[in-house]
Amino acid sequence: MSSESLIEQSQNIDLLRFATAGSVDDGKSTLIGRLLHDSKSIFEDQLHTIKTFSRTHRNQEIDYSLVTDGLKSEREQGITIDVAYRFFSTPKRRFIIADTPGHEQYTRNMATGASNASLALILIDARNGVVTQTKRHSFISSLLGIRNFVIAVNKMDLVDYSEEVFENIVNEFNAFADKLSDESVYYIPISALEGDNVIERSENMPWYKGSTLLDYLENVNVSCGRNLNDFRFPVQYVNWGGGDDFRGYCGTIASGVVHKGDKIRVLPSGKTSTVSRIVTYDGDLDYAFSPMAVTLCLEDDIDISRSDMIAKVDDLPAIAGSFEANIVWMDNTPMEIGKDYLIKHTTSMVKGNFEEVIHEFDPDDISMKSSQSLGLNSIGKVKVELKSPVFADIYSENRATGSFIVIDPHTNQTAAAGMVTKYKQVSPDKGCKSVKARVISYPADKKEEAKAKYDRLSMHGTHCIYVDDDLLKETLCKGKPVDVGQYSEMIENLCKIVTKSGVSVVICSDHFKS
Amino acid sequence: MITTEESYHLSNLKTLEAESIGIIREVAAEFDNPVMLYSVGKDSSVMTHLAIKAFYPKKVPFPLLHIDTGYKFPEMYEFRDEYTRKNGLELRVHRNEGALERGVNPLSVGTVKCCAELKTKALLDALKEGGYDAAFGGARRDEEKSRAKERIYSFRDKHGQWNPKNQKPELWNLFNSKIDQGESIRVFPLSNWTELDIWTYIYHEKIDIVPLYFAKERPVIEKNGQLIPVYTDEYEDEVRDVMCRFRTLGCHYCTGAVRSEADTLERIIEEMMVARHSERITRVIDHDQDSSMEQKKREGYF
Repeated sequence: MSSESLIEQSQNIDLLRFATAGSVDDGKSTLIGRLLHDSKSIFEDQLHTIKTFSRTHRNQEIDYSLVTDGLKSEREQGITIDVAYRFFSTPKRRFIIADTPGHEQYTRNMATGASNASLALILIDARNGVVTQTKRHSFISSLLGIRNFVIAVNKMDLVDYSEEVFENIVNEFNAFADKLSDESVYYIPISALEGDNVIERSENMPWYKGSTLLDYLENVNVSCGRNLNDFRFPVQYVNWGGGDDFRGYCGTIASGVVHKGDKIRVLPSGKTSTVSRIVTYDGDLDYAFSPMAVTLCLEDDIDISRSDMIAKVDDLPAIAGSFEANIVWMDNTPMEIGKDYLIKHTTSMVKGNFEEVIHEFDPDDISMKSSQSLGLNSIGKVKVELKSPVFADIYSENRATGSFIVIDPHTNQTAAAGMVTKYKQVSPDKGCKSVKARVISYPADKKEEAKAKYDRLSMHGTHCIYVDDDLLKETLCKGKPVDVGQYSEMIENLCKIVTKSGVSVVICSDHFKS
Repeated sequence: MITTEESYHLSNLKTLEAESIGIIREVAAEFDNPVMLYSVGKDSSVMTHLAIKAFYPKKVPFPLLHIDTGYKFPEMYEFRDEYTRKNGLELRVHRNEGALERGVNPLSVGTVKCCAELKTKALLDALKEGGYDAAFGGARRDEEKSRAKERIYSFRDKHGQWNPKNQKPELWNLFNSKIDQGESIRVFPLSNWTELDIWTYIYHEKIDIVPLYFAKERPVIEKNGQLIPVYTDEYEDEVRDVMCRFRTLGCHYCTGAVRSEADTLERIIEEMMVARHSERITRVIDHDQDSSMEQKKREGYF
């Protein structure tokens, strides 16, 4: 193969980002070290250093955990404190591992690693079974939107490779996983220390018929949770000045697709325009999609600044003045109800405060309990009041516009990670005057799409009604036959009346062509 | 319209590129006085190229800062001046002149002290004098074990120090830019790139790099298993010509070459794909003591 096609090929294999999780001492670092070592991803000089340290400090030939525990204090204490990002690749896939700490004290670092991952590798010590920290990490991973879980039951060598022990843990975790939302869970019995079922199939566990860990990681089909339907462009940087006429809006497409010529609306002003150019250094594009970083030029000269949001005219995020959100609290100082915090959401930073804790979750069984405040590493659902609106979607529909961080303005610490579950639109007089109610029409054969659109709009807090021919005939015409022309006119007039009162209409009728 | 994943696929390099451009723009938007550290190496070439892309068609809105130890390879100075001029980049250079006048070099004071004076102190002084609140660096997480622990936005206190135990959690791509007067953030837009990504990107984008990366016959001495290039007459050891190239560039006293025939980008990439040693094995300063990089970083080094 020519070097050119080799280079090409190396770039076309896909990338899987995964995070490790689980309790302390269950062998995460050892497992990662083993994966890297056995897949020949450790350079010889690094291996030499690790072996020397292992012999002199650990009295063993090689301590695999030294591969990832990169900080001096970690090696001294033999624990992982912070996330280490590790890279390795096989001919089938490239991997970025966020190796995260198990200590409860460092749960926030675990969430850091999980926020950009699409799979969670959770280790369970076969001797201890499912413990609180296993559940806490699984729950946080699930809240952050990870839908693929691999449960590696480790240290099988210390329980005589017992199938029964493994099965009990599978049953125990399954009972817990039922409470999470829609996860796919795969179980593998391993010994990271001995290398059983990590890369090589274990001869010690002939009863296990599934994949080895590497085999699974190489082949698992992981959707990246990317939303390609709703175009969202948080304006990051306005690029202008310097003596020429160029004025462009730089940003990363948070979700969806944009084409040259698309009609767009800018929030919060509500002004509309058309995309005249999609500029990149490599030339103008006809279209661009998430997660590309581009520069948009518009046909009209309108006032746009950082933290404004550009979206399609008929598909807007909510202008949220307050919302409900799941929160992972990460600061040593507990949440204070009513205190002003900074909320960073897409490219905007606004002031906001917590009105109440709706409930706190018990990570052991995901039950809800009442709570006045959230402390370090606790998880809860809260009500957030914003001093200026943000342009948001619900996290499960759109990670980029549904996530936010909370910053304590006194200490500048990142105090929490939040995921929007519900919001309240600000009333029109609070800054979204120009977001007009509209008519969205679908032909009758696209009934399902129309209904999905209606559901989405309503969930986003848009005042909206759904109308189809059956309903119209039943109400307007009272079941009597009418001529086609008259009927179309009636629909049109009806839509006019309804939208004037600020309600959007999703209409699905024989009179619209696709 | 239902869109499929396949019709909107972004290659690994394009994904990394988009992520880095996003980070660079975010810093330009959120900080008052950012600066991009420019060390003239291959990662610096990629980072500045990404900055040019981020603000195209306008100029890069922040200056570059070269912390010059005075002992860089002559080819690096030549390249630096030509590269920045050609790309319309504003270059600022800072040296610890006091230490240089005192004749500080690795042979006279040892590598640890030399680095502390010519690199760390020079860097901290330059950042303070310039009043920079954010400084980009081209470090990658795959380079070295303590770098694998870095955040993309790495907080530094008033003294430029890093505290690995107290890093801020960093979620999604929402970076916390809040700092107090005198504090700063080091920003690493290439965090998620690997050495191979860097080379492949240089190849695809036709980015200029210092010619020292390409193999040719060079006069060297062999010292502690390293091929050290000869640029001064201070060495007494035997000098010979060896076909070699550099995987990483620092000061000529402390940077070893590797035996190699790779004289084109294609051949370098092929070599990378089968490399069995890390790039930093040729950096003498990394091997001063266990955790030497972590220690330097705590004190303010990159």
